[in-house]
Amino acid sequence: MFNQDISSLVFGRLTLEAFPYHEPILVLTFIGVVLGGLAVVGALTYFKLWGYLWKEWLTSVDHKKIGIMYVILALIMLLRGFADALMMRTQQAIAFNGNEGFLPPHHYDQVFTAHGVIMIFFMAMPFVTGLMNFVVPLQIGARDVSFPFLNNFSFWMTAAGAAIIMISLFVGEFARTGWLAYPPLSGADYSPGVGVDYYIWGLQVAGVGTTLSGINLIATIVKMRAPGMTMMKMPIFTWTSLCTNVLIVASFPILTATLALLSLDRYVGTHFFTNDLGGNPMMYVNLIWIWGHPEVYILILPAFGIFSEIVATFCGKRLFGYASMVYATVVITILSYLVWLHHFFTMGSGASVNAFFGITTMIISIPTGAKIFNWLFTMYRGRIRFEVPMLWTLGFMVTFVIGGMTGVLLAVPPADFVLHNSLFLIAHFHNVIIGGVVFGVMAGVTYWFPKAFGYKLNDFWGKMSFWFWLVGFYFAFMPLYVLGLMGVTRRLSQFEDPSLQIWFIIAAFGAFLIALGIASFIISLVVSFLQREKLRDVTGDPWNGRTLEWSTSSPPPDYNFAFTPVIHDHDSWYDMKSRGYARPLEGFKPIHMPRNTGTGIILSGLSVAFAFGVIWYIWWLAIVAFVGIIAVSIGHTFNYNRDFYIPAEDVVATEGERTRQLSGQA
Amino acid sequence: MANLYRHACRILMLPLLAGLAGCNMVVMSPSGDIAAQQRDLILVSTFLMLLIIIPVIVLTLYFAWHYRRANTQAVYDPEWHHSTRLEVVIWSAPLAIIIALGAVTWISTHKLDPYRPIDRLDAERAIPADVKPLTVEVVALDWKWLFFYPDYGIATVNELAAPVDVPINFKITASSVMNSFYIPALAGQIYAMPGMQTRLHAVINAPGEFEGFSANYSGAGFSHMRFRFHGLDQAGFDGWVSKVKQQGTMLNRDAYLKLEKPSEREPVRYYGGVENGLYEAVLNMCAQPGKMCMNEMMHVDMMGGGGEESEANRERLQYDNRHAGTGDGTNSATFPATGQPARGQGAPEGTTGQDAEGQSGSGAQPMQHDMLNMNGHDMDGHQMGGENPQAPASDSGSSTPDKGSIAPEQLNNSK
Amino acid sequence: MSAPTHNPVAEGEKPVFYMTEDHHPENSTGLGFWLYLMSDCLIFAILFATYAVLGRSYAAGPSPADLFDLKLVAINTSMLLLSSITYGFAMLQMERNAKTETLFWLGITGIFGAIFIGLEIYEFVHLIHEGAGPGRSAFLSAFFVLVGTHGLHVTFGIIWLITLMAQVSMKGLIPENRRRLMCLSMFWHFLDVVWIGVFSIVYLIGVLG
Repeated sequence: MFNQDISSLVFGRLTLEAFPYHEPILVLTFIGVVLGGLAVVGALTYFKLWGYLWKEWLTSVDHKKIGIMYVILALIMLLRGFADALMMRTQQAIAFNGNEGFLPPHHYDQVFTAHGVIMIFFMAMPFVTGLMNFVVPLQIGARDVSFPFLNNFSFWMTAAGAAIIMISLFVGEFARTGWLAYPPLSGADYSPGVGVDYYIWGLQVAGVGTTLSGINLIATIVKMRAPGMTMMKMPIFTWTSLCTNVLIVASFPILTATLALLSLDRYVGTHFFTNDLGGNPMMYVNLIWIWGHPEVYILILPAFGIFSEIVATFCGKRLFGYASMVYATVVITILSYLVWLHHFFTMGSGASVNAFFGITTMIISIPTGAKIFNWLFTMYRGRIRFEVPMLWTLGFMVTFVIGGMTGVLLAVPPADFVLHNSLFLIAHFHNVIIGGVVFGVMAGVTYWFPKAFGYKLNDFWGKMSFWFWLVGFYFAFMPLYVLGLMGVTRRLSQFEDPSLQIWFIIAAFGAFLIALGIASFIISLVVSFLQREKLRDVTGDPWNGRTLEWSTSSPPPDYNFAFTPVIHDHDSWYDMKSRGYARPLEGFKPIHMPRNTGTGIILSGLSVAFAFGVIWYIWWLAIVAFVGIIAVSIGHTFNYNRDFYIPAEDVVATEGERTRQLSGQA
Repeated sequence: MANLYRHACRILMLPLLAGLAGCNMVVMSPSGDIAAQQRDLILVSTFLMLLIIIPVIVLTLYFAWHYRRANTQAVYDPEWHHSTRLEVVIWSAPLAIIIALGAVTWISTHKLDPYRPIDRLDAERAIPADVKPLTVEVVALDWKWLFFYPDYGIATVNELAAPVDVPINFKITASSVMNSFYIPALAGQIYAMPGMQTRLHAVINAPGEFEGFSANYSGAGFSHMRFRFHGLDQAGFDGWVSKVKQQGTMLNRDAYLKLEKPSEREPVRYYGGVENGLYEAVLNMCAQPGKMCMNEMMHVDMMGGGGEESEANRERLQYDNRHAGTGDGTNSATFPATGQPARGQGAPEGTTGQDAEGQSGSGAQPMQHDMLNMNGHDMDGHQMGGENPQAPASDSGSSTPDKGSIAPEQLNNSK
Repeated sequence: MSAPTHNPVAEGEKPVFYMTEDHHPENSTGLGFWLYLMSDCLIFAILFATYAVLGRSYAAGPSPADLFDLKLVAINTSMLLLSSITYGFAMLQMERNAKTETLFWLGITGIFGAIFIGLEIYEFVHLIHEGAGPGRSAFLSAFFVLVGTHGLHVTFGIIWLITLMAQVSMKGLIPENRRRLMCLSMFWHFLDVVWIGVFSIVYLIGVLG
């Protein structure tokens, strides 16, 4: 008994049983992760890269490096989330005729929860945040974001959230509640384990990062624009980023508050969302979707911005209807708060309430439709280059309208009554999230990769990736539409009706094709790195771009622009090129820049420790980590020496190098 | 007009349907009138949207092809970026579609409101005057379905039957977590939520055996939370009822509490008799003896709460932790052997004047009923707890004990 | 609504495409901190909404009229309001560049804040002791979390205040510290405004309404 007390004092509820050493899949995964980790650590040590990594990346406050780290995080989490997807597709393809498949509900339920959480919070969110971080300051002619340290901290909090979710794979278990963890199922009484706590703390920690990054980017866009760039001269991607970050700041606190109330129910025994003592689970469903619906637009708006940039660039033409594009974006931003109830028409609200939310939902399709037409008429009388980013854009335009159509269908409440929670719904939101967000970030990564690294991505593997993704998408999700119409609901791990199986097999085949698409993308990264000299772009403007980021070198210098550009048009670089801009060659001055700091990564590590302590009831660890967080934060504020000047001679050297490169090219 | 659309849609959908002839798309070919109207709505909406979707897809592919770089014949106008006329078109075309669809939505949402009693058997037939609707009370348990037939005094697990062409009036609740009650062939789904009642009105038009299930994930046994729904002719249904009566056992609270424990792949069960007021007790989360019913609690709350000396109510209102620990052992210790709940033993502190036993009879049912209906109608999360001040006042018939039930100290509290 | 077009630049006149002078964008701290406050405000909005929904779900337990002591809350409120005024004095002294006076008024503000927190803790302990803890009913859950979240904010405000006092005494009223004092000032007044909402909606309406 005494031993038990000591053990629970030291380890909380963490026991040896929490480690899934009896699960072959997890053990193999763990071995893989350990070997991979050792290989990376070994390579870093062998090549003596630790110092470089720490000084140049982990502690960097440079928005470009932080943006790249976000995208790397997103890619890693994409692999994890996609592994979950493959397991689900395989399970559903084989679990027929009494065959229980290889994932019992206990596992399957964790897998679909983890898939949803990871893909939204730790794949899609870091992807778009990373692209915004990298591109927005360049597009507005700024040298960094408004609060560079905060940016670093935000990234590390997001990474800490991802780490917490990943720890659940090997220590304990993840939530078995679905990705939004509706109570009462997610309450202490029906989910007593650590799974929901991992979910809560992973999202809370990452949510801090997301909110602060949103504040940072709004301030950046509002305050840091180059002279001459009025609101209506901002590039479209900057506009969509602004709207997205407004949505982030105006919706993530709702998620934070809601999850905080859920955790109080679980930890303190309050009664917000319980069945008993006056709690109201329906309030959670409302609150979580008041955050959740804007979240959808947080993801899709930057993708819209990316497509707008790409269409204009690869059609060699001004974007059609810039102003209406801007108004459409703003209208979507506002309307996204007025539709949340459409996620639960079936909860039994009155007909008028349902009809109201159904119609507001449909109204969103008007500005969205206008955007599609704008892209369409940008292509009209253009001269289209079918480079990889443009292929993704075309794939998006065709695919997204189908998803939009099924979305409007689901917004009709009586139709939703038969389609809600069915695989039709699953097909719909994958249709818009893959066809919209994923295609968008893939297009964006291919488009801005040469800006970030100075060489283009390999064309062949890029095209392979696109076609595998596109075809794989249709194979994977069209059968789900059919299955939805056959009355098959979501989150089932086993089936009785054998006539369904063929559709699940087709869907699994589609998932396999998408796996090839992801593999092709990774191959394209490797191949392009190997062929980087051949793919090198020294102009800084490989696509004949139109916005300011293409005016500087690739990769851009730390300070982005030696002289702050002056803007006359929303296609400012195109304007500069067509009106005889001459690159300044002299008169360089020292440039004021923020200093790197390790505070962000330290706070992030402490946050992981805090979350782990709270999840496992290891109270001493939680207290120590929390006090550590406060102490480090306060300590950080005593550091007044946060900036430095890049000497003028360094600027001269950097710019001179670029001059040589440009003339060598010519 | 709707008919015209429908025919147009069917023709349009024909190739697609032919391609999918191999599979049974129950949502597209249901057997109940409500589901059929919902299917028609899907077709109409899809048709309306295809009016704009198809041109967009065709134009996308055509423009992409025609304005490719290799085609030097095509016009290239790099500065062309604005046309007021075109802008008007691209905003008003979706707007027009949405106006049409919005009108369809408003009308159909009201017409197909699951709370609204149906007014026809199908497109051609009205409801005959002499047909009495069948009431079924549905409880989603972990992880099986319990159906009460109050008109017949029977109950079943994982099997539901109804006579063809008779309106069915479902009252739906759940015991622990949220589920969704869905029979695709019959009508759209609606959530089943603990402590609350949702409603669904539907009719089955063709005899047959159909699938029903939970459409909202509810935990480990969710995949097998399925039941059969039998559409039977009147004679067949009568036969089924007498079969249940003959083969079934008694469903009292004891049996219910055993049944309510989590279990998977539960076989079909019949109950030939049901304890009085059991569904209301389940709905109010007080099937377990010693618990205070939710409607009682809401009533006390509406009267200004239970006062400061009400700590005992707390234990009696804890529903969620009943499967924790040793299960039923501790609970059944306080359970009278008769199977009748000892609700009078521990009336809520604040309601000492209330005749608790009197409430447990059928006389109290209408009140519970009304209160929960009100909740059910307003389930957007802002109407729970005791927020229906008009509810007790409005049920004049059965609420005689209500006003007398306010304890003196409560009157003092509420001034 | 006009579509963007090229800036009309006269033919032959070379447009300016970059600044040769150093460009100093406006400082964003004010805006950034204000955005943070708005996001925080949203958290309070959710907690107020929660209280509005659950505030009458007493679970057959005590109601505001049974529990709240308006006199105590009135004292508490006056403490917080006074602290806002004294913070204002501190800011006035900061404008006058008077370091010692600024520190003095900051200290007074901190003391008022600490009294506020002390009274709130007293109230909470008293309630829990009476069996009206946050687990008693949804109403009490909502009450404790709304008021408690505000209290936590004030607590962090006091920690921040102490940190800033240390920094001002070490470094003086340098621009960085002035900026920080300005942010804390916004934070402190924001908490005051939130408290007025708590006082009227939770306490006044709860007891009198």
